[in-house]
Amino acid sequence: MTATQAPGKAVGAPISRVEGGLKVRGAATYAYEHRLHEPVYLYPLQSTIANGRVTKIDASRAEAEPGVVVVLTHENAPKLASTDDKELAILQSGDIGFRGQFIGAVIADTFETARYAASLVEIEYDENEPDADFRADRDDLYTPEQLNAGFETDTSVGDADGAFDSAAHKLAATYTTPREHNNPMEPHATIAVWDEDELTLYESTQGVFWTQKTLAPLFGLDAGKVHVISPHVGGGFGSKGLPHANVVLAAMGAMLVPERPVKFALTRHMMFTVAGYRTPTIQRVRLAADENGKLSAVSNDVVEQTSKIKEFAEQTATSARMMYDSPNIKTTHRLAALDVSVPSWLRAPGEAPGIFALECAMDELAIECGLDPVEFRIMNEPENDPESGLPFSSRGLVECLREGAERFGWNGRHPTPRSERDGRWLVGSGVASSVYPVYSMGGNAATVRANSDGKYEVEIGAADIGTGTWTVLGQIAADELGVPFEDVEMKIGDTTLPNASGAGGSSGITSWGSTVVEAVRSLREKIEADHGGNIPEEGVEATAKMPKNPHSGDFAMYAFGAHFVEARVDEDTGEVRVPRMTSVFAAGNIMNAKTARSQFMGGMVMGLSAALHEESVLDTRFGHVVNHDLAEYHIPTNADVGEMDVSWIEEDDPYVNPMGSKGIGEIGIVGSAAAVANAVYHATGVRVRELPITPDKLIS
Amino acid sequence: MDAEITLRVDGEEHRLTVDTRTTILDALRERIGNTSPKKGCDHGQCGACTVLLDGRRVNSCLTFAVAHDGAEVTTSEGLAENGELHPMHRSFIEHDGYQCGYCTPGQIVSAVGMLEEVGNGWPSHATENVSAEGNAGLSDDEIRERMSGNLCRCAAYANIVPAIQYAAEHGEGVERGGNA
Repeated sequence: MTATQAPGKAVGAPISRVEGGLKVRGAATYAYEHRLHEPVYLYPLQSTIANGRVTKIDASRAEAEPGVVVVLTHENAPKLASTDDKELAILQSGDIGFRGQFIGAVIADTFETARYAASLVEIEYDENEPDADFRADRDDLYTPEQLNAGFETDTSVGDADGAFDSAAHKLAATYTTPREHNNPMEPHATIAVWDEDELTLYESTQGVFWTQKTLAPLFGLDAGKVHVISPHVGGGFGSKGLPHANVVLAAMGAMLVPERPVKFALTRHMMFTVAGYRTPTIQRVRLAADENGKLSAVSNDVVEQTSKIKEFAEQTATSARMMYDSPNIKTTHRLAALDVSVPSWLRAPGEAPGIFALECAMDELAIECGLDPVEFRIMNEPENDPESGLPFSSRGLVECLREGAERFGWNGRHPTPRSERDGRWLVGSGVASSVYPVYSMGGNAATVRANSDGKYEVEIGAADIGTGTWTVLGQIAADELGVPFEDVEMKIGDTTLPNASGAGGSSGITSWGSTVVEAVRSLREKIEADHGGNIPEEGVEATAKMPKNPHSGDFAMYAFGAHFVEARVDEDTGEVRVPRMTSVFAAGNIMNAKTARSQFMGGMVMGLSAALHEESVLDTRFGHVVNHDLAEYHIPTNADVGEMDVSWIEEDDPYVNPMGSKGIGEIGIVGSAAAVANAVYHATGVRVRELPITPDKLIS
Repeated sequence: MDAEITLRVDGEEHRLTVDTRTTILDALRERIGNTSPKKGCDHGQCGACTVLLDGRRVNSCLTFAVAHDGAEVTTSEGLAENGELHPMHRSFIEHDGYQCGYCTPGQIVSAVGMLEEVGNGWPSHATENVSAEGNAGLSDDEIRERMSGNLCRCAAYANIVPAIQYAAEHGEGVERGGNA
């Protein structure tokens, strides 16, 4: 077990998760598991067409089933106060925008009854032919006003086209990444309870206040009338960030049965319809370099999809704007609006697919220039941020590449593909860079309370989705207080706590941690000023808001990393195995060596998964994902993961936040798929530019 | 249709009425109130619902409760004795063999059941000599193979393997089969 940490030494230590004892026994309470009095169960009705409208719903057989409490349809559904968001404004009419959209629900006294009764509801449609065909040569692609997180849609510095035309070395290639689904192990789940004009939601969410602020206006409530409780979350990976229609359906259902808790968890199948996903991308990348291998042009023209009912425009090419030094950089994003469900966040939206394409292209151009892929990257390292012109607050990419090369045993690698084999196995190695911005999100506050027994309580409505928040915020508070870690108790995951941003954009610790530090400082001042430096018998508390970062706007702030991968490819079957990965990160001050390593590793494996396994296959005739379960949508099993060598460099960055930390939830996935693809090329001589790299693409 | 059955769960007897469509998983979670096993897919594809049923690991979401009247069910909660964590619990915490924790009770029950299988000499796909009686061994590859029915989207696999190795080597009462 974890030894007691000396005061002031908690940050950085490999402290085991404080909620570990609960989690291993299965006693940590996830959304669906709160014990409430006489719950009822909701099972949804989902559209079986992708475009059209419901013309008739006959629920009489379902209603006659013993145990059925009520059947909810657009005919008896509560009218929402706001219908601006067409993903969330369900059951307001019979209109259907994608296959799987909620068109009703059965509420019954047991799950079994609700599910069976749902199958008895007869639905008739007026159906239009769906348009779900995602292609780059569509004539109706459009330019979104801006991208996710407010990024510019198109950018151009210098003359990328002209530089490309006149370059000594050049590479133009199209890379594609498929539709991918987040698939956290815990399905999206809600228990909703209406009590007069107040709504309580036990919810699996990446941000209790995000859920509160989204749900309250839909039901015409003040935010304070929506109470969201979410102490433990079984993974999210972005899909529990922006609330989806499942929580609206649960709340609507609960409105029909006041005071009775309504339980609704998505099935695994449903998670492929309504819970968000990563858009497929088609990326036309062009790189150019002079005779020495110095980049002269970088461009990425991206086509991606959105839903006709609501726009989501992923920022796929933003990392190409800042990654390498080039006088000419151009990026564009175009969208195809289709009769499909709404894409959303999936771990490193933008960076994950964008860096896959860029880092494969860098590998290809390094080979074209006759340069080692590591050295090629290092020689194109920028002095300042190529996009903003600002200096980097810290940029450890070169050190990560050098350190990773050393740990992996890169040096001395034979540059020629297919130069190593082990029996039937072709053996190769690949490298790719990684990057993720340092985001912070506003609106945070924290309360710190000192008790006369020397114990402290820290309150902030933050989220732990497996990220270690329960532990790490306690470490930060303990060190700032100068007390042992064990003397601090955290309270998170509830809207009765001070307001907090959600777990997204790897911004949690930057945002919540800065706020906790500020609250501790306020508490110290208060104890000093009002109590002569002593904690009074009745205790004392202080609340503070997140301070503005005084260095914001002066620096470009990013975390970096480098991945090295060994791939082995069966020459006869095309089977790819990855026996080892080495990744080195430059992510500022690491808050907890144990949980950080796990988080990096989880990202690396999700990139490995994107490289080799994941693809949601859409039947364009009907607009649905055909491989909608974990038997057919493959994610890595234990046997798919080999030796994982994870480390980080010492990086002192005083500008990012008071802890000197950078977010680490997403950087692990960025670039790891490219490193796998580059290793597969080195092993086989076959360049696969379409993820995932399945055996058929290697043996044809 | 309802049926009355008895289940002995984590050492405690429960007399309960179940819908004949009720799985052991839903009987545990929604009737008895034991939410240690998790519902990740309800399809037998993820392993989050793993329990020991009469001593053997099963996907409880694929197992109808009515078909197991009188059965002994052990969840991860039941592996703890007198409030003391099981050695496998402690090893998962120490090795950080989890992040979000949702697959974890299933992983742990599966690991305990798996070590019993190895101890009994059951071979796996990773076993080199399947005819070597009672000597399947416990290499890392054996663990990876035998634990591949338990998915972890946080991808703690590379911590789960040493967690199980450590518990097998150091955990009192944890059987270890053969030599690695």
